[in-house]
Amino acid sequence: MESALFSGLQGLFLGIANLSLGQVIMILVGSALLYLGIKKGYEPLLLVPIGFGAILVNIPLAEMMEKDGFLRFFYDTGVLTEVFPLLIFIGIGAMTDFQPLLENPKIILLGAAGQFGIFLTLLLALAVGFDKLDAVAVAIIGACDGPTAIYVSSKFAPHLLGAISVAAYSYMSLVPLIQPPIMRLLTTDRERKIVMGLVRQPVSKTTKILFPIVVTIFASILAPKGAPLIGTVMLGNLMKESGVVDRLKSASENEIANIVTLLLGLCIGATMEADRFLRAQTLLILGLGFVAISLDTAVGVLFGKLMCFLTGGKINPLIGAAGISAFPMSARVVQVEGQKYNKKNYLLMHAMSANAGGQIGSVIAAAVMLSVLQGMGIIGG
Amino acid sequence: MATSVLAPMVGKILKVEKKAGERVEEDDVVVVMEAMKMEIPVVAPTGGTIKVIKVSPGQAVEAEQELAVIE
Repeated sequence: MESALFSGLQGLFLGIANLSLGQVIMILVGSALLYLGIKKGYEPLLLVPIGFGAILVNIPLAEMMEKDGFLRFFYDTGVLTEVFPLLIFIGIGAMTDFQPLLENPKIILLGAAGQFGIFLTLLLALAVGFDKLDAVAVAIIGACDGPTAIYVSSKFAPHLLGAISVAAYSYMSLVPLIQPPIMRLLTTDRERKIVMGLVRQPVSKTTKILFPIVVTIFASILAPKGAPLIGTVMLGNLMKESGVVDRLKSASENEIANIVTLLLGLCIGATMEADRFLRAQTLLILGLGFVAISLDTAVGVLFGKLMCFLTGGKINPLIGAAGISAFPMSARVVQVEGQKYNKKNYLLMHAMSANAGGQIGSVIAAAVMLSVLQGMGIIGG
Repeated sequence: MATSVLAPMVGKILKVEKKAGERVEEDDVVVVMEAMKMEIPVVAPTGGTIKVIKVSPGQAVEAEQELAVIE
């Protein structure tokens, strides 16, 4: 009787006996993410479930990510199948207003330019020794678009999902710190002071309804591998603009998006097991992610300078920085920076156009990359 | 000569920083508005005296709507 009791009590200490240093570190990392989400308000909707998931998966003997484990189930059904990020995309489409872009269509070029960092980072990631598919997933952090990064990494590098998601969301919340020095470095005082007038181009309801349909058909035919990405964003947007399926639109941007955000966040946290996450590679991913976002900003601003030159000084190159996806954060950064140099400068709506272009741009850039890789035979058809 | 202070974009008035009769310098903040969940300070395009403030906090405004007149 006594020995049975002793053995039973011993069982209570098995967890402690099996706790590794790596797990302790990862529990602290998870706690740090919770702190950032709860106390600092950085992306709490994601960091709270991610941080908690990271703690859960590092509890010794709990086997959350083993076969039949609680987190494994959601990971296999939602992440490995790419269903979770795609459901999020429907919600994003339902929440996104492309009007600023349609009012000022030439600004979409800035949204395209803002994606070049992805391709430059891809080359860099390959150069430092990442495997081809891993390099694609790392480079896509430069899209500055969390769900796109999650979609691409869950498809091609699910083992890097934790590191890539954490990098993508950390840098998105750091956009107000990362972008301004680059914007200042690449522009002259005179350029930063350029005042852009009001855009007053009426956009008809028909145009707004046709836009998601036309973009889906053309972009998907051009880059079929990206059809799920583009299709889901545009389906959400069509539901919003058509105005005839308010219940579905509302469910997509509220109930469905909320449930999936919770489960996706937990799954991302679940990929942060100590032996997988605590590697030099994770630091490298964080570093390359930073490079990707900086390069995107730089190329966007440089393209803004080119447009400024071609339009005879009518475009303030600062709005090029909003060509990255981080919506609407980078547009706000542009407004703040522009007004610092010229108090009469109100760039917000122009930057919003570039930002909406960046949102489409990041999804299309990912789609193009997937199709190019298919063409090169790196991924299957 | 009267100069209008115009709303630079669609939004909502958050604060009115100046009163009628008050002197303003060029670039002084006259009104703070909110657009895209962001505070935008709207400044005096020129120095002078505020003749009239035409908006109040909480009011929705259209782009180019007259917010105040400076003389």
